[in-house]
Amino acid sequence: MISQILEAAFISGLIGAMMRMATPIIFATLGEILAERAGVLNLGIEGIMLMGAMTGFLVSISTGSLWFGVLMAALVGMALGLLMAFLSVHLGLSQHVSGLGITLFAAGLAMFIYRLHFGSPTVPPTVKPFQQVTIPLLSEIPIIGPGLFKQYTLTYIAWLLVPAISILLYKTNVGLKIRTVGENPIVADTVGVNVVLTRTLCLVAGGALMGVGGAFLTLAHQNMFLIDVIGGRGWVAIAMVIFGNWDPVKGTLGALIFGCLDGLQLRLQGLGIKLSFHLFLMIPYLLTIVALVSVSRKASVPASLLKPYRREEKGS
Amino acid sequence: MRLRIVKREPLPGWARIVIPIAAVVATLILSAIPILIAGGELWKSYFYLFYGALGTRFNLLETFVKASPLLLTGLAVAFAFRAKFWNIGAEGQLLAGALAATALGISLTGLPSFMVLPTVIVAGFLAGGLWAFIPAILKTKLKVDDVVSTLLLNYVMVHIMGALLFGPLQQPGSSWPRSSEIIAAAKYPILFTRSRFHLGILIALLAVLVIWFINNKTTFGYQNKAVGVNLRAARFGGIHTNAVILWTALISGGLAGLAGVGELCALQYRLIMDISPGYGYSGIVIAMLGNLHPVGVLFSSLFFSIIIVGAQTMSRMTGVPVYIAEVIQGMALMIMLIFLLFTEYRVKVVRK
Repeated sequence: MISQILEAAFISGLIGAMMRMATPIIFATLGEILAERAGVLNLGIEGIMLMGAMTGFLVSISTGSLWFGVLMAALVGMALGLLMAFLSVHLGLSQHVSGLGITLFAAGLAMFIYRLHFGSPTVPPTVKPFQQVTIPLLSEIPIIGPGLFKQYTLTYIAWLLVPAISILLYKTNVGLKIRTVGENPIVADTVGVNVVLTRTLCLVAGGALMGVGGAFLTLAHQNMFLIDVIGGRGWVAIAMVIFGNWDPVKGTLGALIFGCLDGLQLRLQGLGIKLSFHLFLMIPYLLTIVALVSVSRKASVPASLLKPYRREEKGS
Repeated sequence: MRLRIVKREPLPGWARIVIPIAAVVATLILSAIPILIAGGELWKSYFYLFYGALGTRFNLLETFVKASPLLLTGLAVAFAFRAKFWNIGAEGQLLAGALAATALGISLTGLPSFMVLPTVIVAGFLAGGLWAFIPAILKTKLKVDDVVSTLLLNYVMVHIMGALLFGPLQQPGSSWPRSSEIIAAAKYPILFTRSRFHLGILIALLAVLVIWFINNKTTFGYQNKAVGVNLRAARFGGIHTNAVILWTALISGGLAGLAGVGELCALQYRLIMDISPGYGYSGIVIAMLGNLHPVGVLFSSLFFSIIIVGAQTMSRMTGVPVYIAEVIQGMALMIMLIFLLFTEYRVKVVRK
């Protein structure tokens, strides 16, 4: 048994599975980081991902174009991000409750539209999903090559987004504005940064990433839409943001750990090892709670997270 | 010219009753959009929505059956939110209650039968309460954000339940993740013939009274509110705020646990993975719509169970997908939030 696990094919397969399982969580985590860095906790994530998954699937099956499906999933994610911005930023409502409202609403809407369009067939409709793209040379590296470089295009995009968003946040003027808005909106306002606009744009852009993360699940990871297709991955992303200290690279690391555990439990079961996959899947949540304990002692959380900003309240 | 949101004078007391009603009416009106998109005839759809929930004896009683878990999780969330303990974890606490009820309901064969049900109920309450106690300890002792910890613990509980249902609690000989059936003495009595109207509904209604009493007539209720209004002031005022939060969590989780006991001992009789279709999350909406007041929660849970039960008849008669119930829930929450905002603020037109 142990020798099987140490075999090159097993490890290579595990790396591939880890990358695949991590992809939607990387998208969602990056989207959530954008929102939270600007000071808004977006608990609408789970619903936005489900809506993205449904939209991507529906549009792809109707138009025959997978990429058009992905694009529409991003647009729907943006629309829901805008709705979140309207409630939590423009009206300044409780971020917790507006986010949960978005999740309930978007999840309900996704199932509603799916049922409306497809009815309830005995065999769920399927789409011809994305194929993996092999990168020449790199994919021939022993052991790690096939896992890392024979992946879906969306997975590569997720990987490129990690440094892109890091650079955006830490190296650009825009990133400085976003972080200032998240840390101290009064200061940001004083130096002429539009707090409401910045938060809105971050929620909209973040929503696009969440939508695409959802679409990955129905267009690449699977080829159909099931009601529990997201299965709490949005909440995992919320956890990974904290686990990763609001940093895109560390958050991605968390997503990889999650993907690895997810891939490992499937594979160990495949080998006939009798273990409870439920105990396995519990680990990321427990790890995050431990991370929460250590985070609460540090000041890495954006200082104005959860605080609505109203100009009138300035100085009061 | 632009719009600004500014503080307003406090509204009179009647507004606290009128506003939720207005939110419900607005939600029902806006529900016309998805109904029309789905091609449902408007009046026919509304008719069957209400007829399906209230029109026949069986359906009316079924609406109460559906309302009881919603009422308990709604109360659980409302009681926690009142102290600003952000308990998003009613779902996990409900499952903890159902799990405890299952474990005891299967194994308490040696106990005199009149003692079985009270034991199961108390155990379910304690299991839910303890599951809420963990994030409360994390919040008070280690300053861990309660929203995220309660949310995550829901999934931990789902996986604990999964591990047990594929392990020690699995029905012998079954390959499905389900437990054996609980013994007869652990089942809730049915109170009306030819219906599923069970003891748990009375327990839920009793809980409304108890929470109302705690809120309005006890020192603890006063302290719970004081902690919610201003934690620091409460502490300076000599209230042991940490103790208040811990007790609040225990009661809140316990109420959600009772919802789990009810679903198990009155309806399912055996534990299955999808014992709750998200009652814990609906509880958040219900608590908000009920303005965190126990009587408000009673009415909002009835409103939601009408929507959920009625949507099935509406769906059968008009072809509008049954998931309209979820869409309406989400809309109701957002509309109520916006309406509540305008009890404290008003829109002012600013000319530049």
